[in-house]
Amino acid sequence: MIGIVSALIARDLALAARVGGSGALSLVFFLMIVALIPFALGPDLNLLSRIGPAILWLAAVLATLIGLDRLFQADEEDGSLDLMSASPAPLELVVLAKVAAHWLTTGLPLALASPLFGLLVALDGTAMGATALTLLVGTPALTFIGAVGAALTASIRRGGLILAVLVLPLMVPTLIFGVSATEAASGGTVPFGTPLAILGALSLIAAVVGTLAAAAALRWSE
Amino acid sequence: MSSAPISLWTRLSNPSHFMRWSGALVPWLAGLSALALGIGLYLAWFVAPPDYQQGETVRIMFIHVPAAWLGVFFYGAMSLSAVGTLVWRHPLADVAQRAAAPIGAAFTLICLVTGSLWGKPMWGTYWVWDARLTSMLLLFLIYCGIVALWRTMEDPNRAARAVAILTLVGAINLPIIKFSVNWWSTLHQPASILRMGGPTIDPSMLYPLLVMILAATIGGTTLHLYAMRTEVMRRRVRTLTIREAERLDAGRVAVTAPASNAAALPLGQAL
Repeated sequence: MIGIVSALIARDLALAARVGGSGALSLVFFLMIVALIPFALGPDLNLLSRIGPAILWLAAVLATLIGLDRLFQADEEDGSLDLMSASPAPLELVVLAKVAAHWLTTGLPLALASPLFGLLVALDGTAMGATALTLLVGTPALTFIGAVGAALTASIRRGGLILAVLVLPLMVPTLIFGVSATEAASGGTVPFGTPLAILGALSLIAAVVGTLAAAAALRWSE
Repeated sequence: MSSAPISLWTRLSNPSHFMRWSGALVPWLAGLSALALGIGLYLAWFVAPPDYQQGETVRIMFIHVPAAWLGVFFYGAMSLSAVGTLVWRHPLADVAQRAAAPIGAAFTLICLVTGSLWGKPMWGTYWVWDARLTSMLLLFLIYCGIVALWRTMEDPNRAARAVAILTLVGAINLPIIKFSVNWWSTLHQPASILRMGGPTIDPSMLYPLLVMILAATIGGTTLHLYAMRTEVMRRRVRTLTIREAERLDAGRVAVTAPASNAAALPLGQAL
């Protein structure tokens, strides 16, 4: 079982790294959004540092959507999804491996790069660390919720738009607690630990619900 | 004995039986809901006193609260039907699911619009990012996604299963969304009908409100049954169209076939 999971993860990582993969692209998109917002708001560093965590979180939510529509669709089209579902491993495990690979290529780089991008919106050290930590804890929830939408729209041509419409409302709780944890870190009424713990809980719930629902959606789509 | 209720349920949920009993029931339900709505509106407009603070605008509540209730009620109905779709693969559950989505979305929209109209005199603005308004807005967005998914997939059976999964994931998420939005802010008054220690709303307003909620529930159920009937008929038309196309297709093959067919047949069967 472990062998199957690691083989799938290695395969998806290799695909993401090669030509046509969306590995580095989501990071560029993340940077793009962070860079666009000062153009809309003006270069006021005080304002930017106040809403900086919110900008980074919004950018992370949007960047997670990149490549999500191809998460299962590419495998559905070339038939490898049929092979995976015919393999001895349960489909839930396949989904888990694919989602983990997707998170490794989008969520993890975003969390690691967020301190760097925090410089652009004039975050101080505490806020930078807090944003990186909350993104690390919270982006799995985004990816797992997104995986449900990806599985539901796997067989729909041009499913990207409807995918965003389906999953974005479900990502609201993650966004709320992600941003409020970051704000709690740089001086707020609630302690930093409370929203962070809830954020972790959201990721765990999303991991269970998302895996089961995405596997069900793939299984029943025939 | 224990099989009696099951067989009754099975009989009622058979699509052609459903068409028969719902056809008989819908006019009565429609009349009943019109009557209840008439009584409720009379009570709300002429009997209920204006609020000592809010004045006449409080009467918006008699539309707003029932609409909010139905918005949530239809999501519940949709989730139950989704279980029916996934567990029993019952065609009528698919139909119930599909019919409920636009109705629930419409009532949620009515709740949002009336809430915003009520907000203008009360809060001085059409929209506040208050916890309840925001949760209703998110509910509306989820409804939009569900309706959109229904319209994207052509095959109704596949669409029903996909939407059922989405509906159930949404149902798990709704309490989380509600909780997180509550965490995030509140400007609205605290819950006043269902709370410990009895309602804080005055009886002179509570009874008209309850009548309106009852009327809205009967009216919503009528709309749902009617929409289900429409959907059953739409599916019948779809099936008939497909059959007709198949028949025409088969006819064309039969017309062009003989020459090639005779050549293809094994010799022993040619006569």
